[in-house]
Amino acid sequence: MRIRTLEISVGAFIVAGIGALFLLALEVSGLSLSPTQDTYKLYAEFTDVGGLRVRGKVSLSGVTIGRVNSISLDPKSSKAVVEMDIDADVNYLSSDSVAVISTAGLLGEKYINVSIGGDEEALKEGDFFYSTQGALNLEKLISDFATSK
Amino acid sequence: MLDFLQRLGRNALLSLGSLGRAGIFLVGSLLGAPRMKGLPLLLKQLYSVGVLSLVIIVVSGLFIGMVLGLQGYNILVDYGSEQAIGQMIALTLVRELGPVVTALLFAGRAGSALTAEIGLMKATEQLSSLEMMGVDPLRQIIAPRLLAGFIAMPMLAMIFSVVGVWGGKMVGVEWLGVYEGSFWSNMQASVDFSDDILNGIIKSIVFGVVCTWIAVFQGYDSVPTSEGISSATTKTVVYSSLAVLGLDFILTAVMFGDF
Repeated sequence: MRIRTLEISVGAFIVAGIGALFLLALEVSGLSLSPTQDTYKLYAEFTDVGGLRVRGKVSLSGVTIGRVNSISLDPKSSKAVVEMDIDADVNYLSSDSVAVISTAGLLGEKYINVSIGGDEEALKEGDFFYSTQGALNLEKLISDFATSK
Repeated sequence: MLDFLQRLGRNALLSLGSLGRAGIFLVGSLLGAPRMKGLPLLLKQLYSVGVLSLVIIVVSGLFIGMVLGLQGYNILVDYGSEQAIGQMIALTLVRELGPVVTALLFAGRAGSALTAEIGLMKATEQLSSLEMMGVDPLRQIIAPRLLAGFIAMPMLAMIFSVVGVWGGKMVGVEWLGVYEGSFWSNMQASVDFSDDILNGIIKSIVFGVVCTWIAVFQGYDSVPTSEGISSATTKTVVYSSLAVLGLDFILTAVMFGDF
């Protein structure tokens, strides 16, 4: 009988360990069991991405519609190229939309805010944003203000 | 001068030699491991290494989570962002404190016991009599203990993190009155499954391998006297703790550093 209680307690230990993994995944990281959504890629060129990070969110009217996949440098124009994964069901971003780097709160993280345009045609996989607006650089703003009379 | 060089050389050779022995020992005992016959042995070790460590892991996880909640609240409330407490508790526990504190406790609770047990077996010549009977002590004694440590440590670390988050929630939400909805939503928005939780689990697997390996090898390699066993047990705890803290820095730099 002692073997039996030993085996039961080891079994309960294993169940507790695996249960803890599920709790961590579902409750703490908010992982959903539904399969990951299809996405398509969009690109945007910025003169200044200051503070934007990979995994940062892309939002439209405050609703998250995708995330930043990578940030690289275009050697020709020496501008920053941001690659974004946009949810496939958001397929109505008009082709003259503008990508703006904004800040959540005063000191919060940087994210890309898409302000929608009026064109009939929608952005497709691999397209570049027609126009962009880089990060607001507070120091640059102050120094411009201080030097211009 | 030459004496000093000689001492340095001798120490280097000795530590290289024991590192080599430890490597051969690990490979030798793991190659002999996967036998269905050994399953009861593994279960018994899982019980003594895993189940018996549960109490200390749960209690310390609870208190560490509660302290994190209290301290985090006191700091964050000055900036009016006490809702971020959930994200702070979860990230600290999952990334760092869960694996590291569990490994330190594991080294003290289970590692020292493994070293002393195997050391005593060696001192009372149980290991050599097994060999005389034609039973490979590496397979019979060492391999189940190693495997049990490898399996138990990640489980304990995950249990530690869950209990810690729960303790932090008790202090933050029930006692200090942070709104529960923003507690969980902030946490879920900032904790990523593959970047944070999986990396934490990888850390705890590495720590489990290192701690158990050190503990079992120190016991197997100890001088078979009562003095030798006591110094081997001390070495187990010291080496494991140092290895865990050092490896943690390297792993953190690789996983979360921006290069």
